Amino acid sequence: MNPFSSGTRLRDMIRAIRACKTAAEERAVVRKECAAIRASINENDQEYRHRNLAKLMFIHMLGYPTHFGQMECLKLIASAGFPEKRIGYLGLMLLLDERQEVLMLVTNSLKQDLNHTNQYIVGLALCALGNICSAEMARDLAPEVERLLQFRDPNIRKKAALCSIRIIKKVPDLAENFINPAAALLKEKHHGVLITGVQLCTDLCKVSSEALEHFRKKCTEVLVKTLKDVANSPYAPEYDVGGITDPFLHIRLLRFLRVLGQGDADASDSMNDILAQVATKTESNKNAGNAILYECVETIMSIEDNGGLRVLAINILGRFLSNRDNNIRYVALNMLMKAISVDAQAVQRHRATILECVKDSDASIRKRALELVYLLINESNVKPLTKELIDYLEVSDQEFKGDLTAKICSIVEKFSPEKIWYIDQMLKVLSEAGNFVKDEVCHALIVVMSNAPDLHGYTVRALYKAFQASSEQESLVRVAVWCIGEYGDMLVKNVGMLDVEDPITVTESDAVDVAEITIKRHTSDLTTKAMALIALLKLSSRFPSCSERIRDIIVQQKGSLVLELQQRSLEFNSILEKHRNIRSALVERMPVLDEATFSGRRAGSVPTTLSPSTMASVKVPNGVVKPAAAPLVDLLDLTSDDAPAPSSSSGDFLNDILGVDLSPASAHSGASQAAKNGTDVLMDILSLGTPPAQSSSSTPDIFSLSQNQKSPVASLDGLSTSSPVSAHAASPQAASSIIDLLDGLGPSPPAPENNGPAYPSVVAFESSSLRVMFDFSKSPGNPQITVIKATFTNLSSNIYADFVFQAAVPKFLQLHLDPASGNTLPASSSGTVTQTLRVTNSQHGKKSLVMRIRIAYKINGKDVLEEGQINNFPREL
Amino acid sequence: MGIRFILMVNKQGQTRLAQYYEYLTLEERRALEGEIVRKCLARTEQQCSFVEHRNYKIVYRRYASLFFLVGVDNDENELAILEFIHLLVETMDRHFGNVCELDIMFHLEKAHFMLEEMVMNGCIVETSKANILTPIQLMEKSS
Repeated sequence: MNPFSSGTRLRDMIRAIRACKTAAEERAVVRKECAAIRASINENDQEYRHRNLAKLMFIHMLGYPTHFGQMECLKLIASAGFPEKRIGYLGLMLLLDERQEVLMLVTNSLKQDLNHTNQYIVGLALCALGNICSAEMARDLAPEVERLLQFRDPNIRKKAALCSIRIIKKVPDLAENFINPAAALLKEKHHGVLITGVQLCTDLCKVSSEALEHFRKKCTEVLVKTLKDVANSPYAPEYDVGGITDPFLHIRLLRFLRVLGQGDADASDSMNDILAQVATKTESNKNAGNAILYECVETIMSIEDNGGLRVLAINILGRFLSNRDNNIRYVALNMLMKAISVDAQAVQRHRATILECVKDSDASIRKRALELVYLLINESNVKPLTKELIDYLEVSDQEFKGDLTAKICSIVEKFSPEKIWYIDQMLKVLSEAGNFVKDEVCHALIVVMSNAPDLHGYTVRALYKAFQASSEQESLVRVAVWCIGEYGDMLVKNVGMLDVEDPITVTESDAVDVAEITIKRHTSDLTTKAMALIALLKLSSRFPSCSERIRDIIVQQKGSLVLELQQRSLEFNSILEKHRNIRSALVERMPVLDEATFSGRRAGSVPTTLSPSTMASVKVPNGVVKPAAAPLVDLLDLTSDDAPAPSSSSGDFLNDILGVDLSPASAHSGASQAAKNGTDVLMDILSLGTPPAQSSSSTPDIFSLSQNQKSPVASLDGLSTSSPVSAHAASPQAASSIIDLLDGLGPSPPAPENNGPAYPSVVAFESSSLRVMFDFSKSPGNPQITVIKATFTNLSSNIYADFVFQAAVPKFLQLHLDPASGNTLPASSSGTVTQTLRVTNSQHGKKSLVMRIRIAYKINGKDVLEEGQINNFPREL
Repeated sequence: MGIRFILMVNKQGQTRLAQYYEYLTLEERRALEGEIVRKCLARTEQQCSFVEHRNYKIVYRRYASLFFLVGVDNDENELAILEFIHLLVETMDRHFGNVCELDIMFHLEKAHFMLEEMVMNGCIVETSKANILTPIQLMEKSS
């Protein structure tokens, strides 16, 4: 006999599954079994329906799809016998959920069963309804459930109470019907009814303020008495847990009292005594007792203030915190988080213990404690606490370092009393856990460093030392390389020594070593390497003695497999070789980064510059995606938000010519453009990947016109391939060297555009009744924009009223319509209406204009519509 | 609603009983069970019985080879849930007599019936073992 025919017993199937050695075997068994069950279902096999469903539940638990059995559940529910119904309802709750259409079919069966004479069947239906009821079912069946809240058997009442919770959550409007029956449940003696009744009332308060008021006034006394009875009740074997009667009921009652007491002094007052009793009398040597104490403390913390009780509560927490049981310590930390808003001073007293918990071996406790410490920190204790945390960073688990680092960085940023402390702490974090430090934290650090001119020397030396000690921390390396690039000269000359520092001797070549190690190390990622490359470029001007060596390193990168590095090294090499006269200006120090803008941008939702995600999708012309360039650009690009900084004239000029702030932060670019210094140009070079469309920010000087026509990529191609002849021939004057830089595209005469040449007018549209003339003009300096003046003439003998002209253009064009001069067109060409259109052609020079028009007007109140397409625009528009 | 799901898992990480009180797709369930089991089973006896995972708090307790894992809301009383797990085990003990993994496997539906009498829609219905077991015993007698 085939062991997997539908006749297999449930037991055999489970055995077969258990015997499977591999997941694949298990899948095979389940597949066979499912096939058998399907076949049995298709045969409508009454006998095995029960067994099939039991098997399906097992299969479902193992995580296999069982939707084909859903209808079987419904059939079983509809059958008469109790065992069939039992398993049917169980299947319903396990295999179905409230989102399935099938569920609608069960509403009727449920309704019948809710009215069944057998109370166990009523119980089944209530339980199923409570677990899976949808909003529609809730509306349909609410009256039955309401009635069952007063059923004679308490076992039905308790289930009806929980079923009501589901109903009022699905349909809050029904809440008011349940307020009175729910209040009646609170007077019961049966624990099951009490615990569910209290739960129902608590949930009613959540959805209805009316219910809250009602229970506050009418039920607080009853509840206090019930809690008193339960707390003082003699030994009850059925409900006893470790000497305490029904801790679950205790907890529900305390929780409901909390809801009632919150924000109501009278209610809070009336429960003070019993809370004090529970807090003092409850045994704390068993878990059950502690659970009650824990709940009691939370209630005391939440209700209206009573000084004495709060002291009691904080003391309980203190006891919990020093408990040896980790579970108790965990809940203590949890509760202290809530207590901190009530009594921060009291929580501060436990600071030392909490700090110990941060170092616990248990990840759950560590996490809670760290969050609590984070809340505890203020200006006065930030220094010692941060020190503790950073010390612990050294020895903490790898998986905890991420969380810990993020919190320390956040603390240091938020509370740092002075810059040197901030820099010191951040350097420690970077050295310990640099790999866990987020990019934006590094950016923030660089901004702070840049804003502390008197610490530049100190910072760069500290970073140099840190780099020697822990060069495996990526973020540390990035910050170090950036600083050495910027302030390398201070490192070598020991500028700005502080008293606390030990003098170190660093030669120029040592500083170059840092960048060289970084760029050559295999583990460095692209961003770090790119930053090292820029640092090298900068150092070549700071350390003339090393410039040969630097050039060699840069030249080696020409062979880099990464396009980004290859391209940069070519560009930098040509700067080093052919443009010595502008190099020093190009690589000047970054201007001071503006802290306010930076923090504003971090907080703001819209990043003003290239966010990594937008950069990632930008492609360089040969189609290679270069995602990793983003952070680099981002970092350097901070300058674009800057206030104008003093700059050398040649750099300035160069900037104007390269012209264009490629960063899309056009709002800022206008203001800062004029005074950008050399480093900005560098940045512009780097942000080369920006789409050409964005490069056309307004630059009034004439050279930029020629720039506008080319993509910025082209200009840089020119830069790197500029012939040696022209470079050597360059006059010392900046202007001509620039033209060399742009190599070939510089001399293109901007004159034609400037004059705004005249274009012939065209008859754009003509019908028997209407003529449309277009006159064109271009705004000087902006060849993409064409201004069209449309003149409409009425050729018929009727007056056109409500005259409306509409136009549509393809995607590469942008159209702006000014209001027309009038909306009535006199008859027989005796007058005209004019309207101005402004068209921006993003594909200027490649595609000419095209437009579809639609003209609507009324003749004697009758609508007329004319349509047409205009293809006869002058080609050069 | 406090309890979001109840899982029973053996030492090898195989699910032996799963009851959810909120809707999750089959894939979500499998992923969730895998993640939780990996997290909880890796912990030592000395560590606390609470694990935070996604937006759940998992309260777990080990009985011989079986782990009982209960996923709850963040504001639920963890110690009470621990006590609840114990009550569940005691109830099963009373019915099966020293309950073991195989009892639950081969009597999955009975385990579910018991759970149904104890928890509904994520809330505790009944805490008296006698009250929980009466309907189940009645049904056994009649069949």
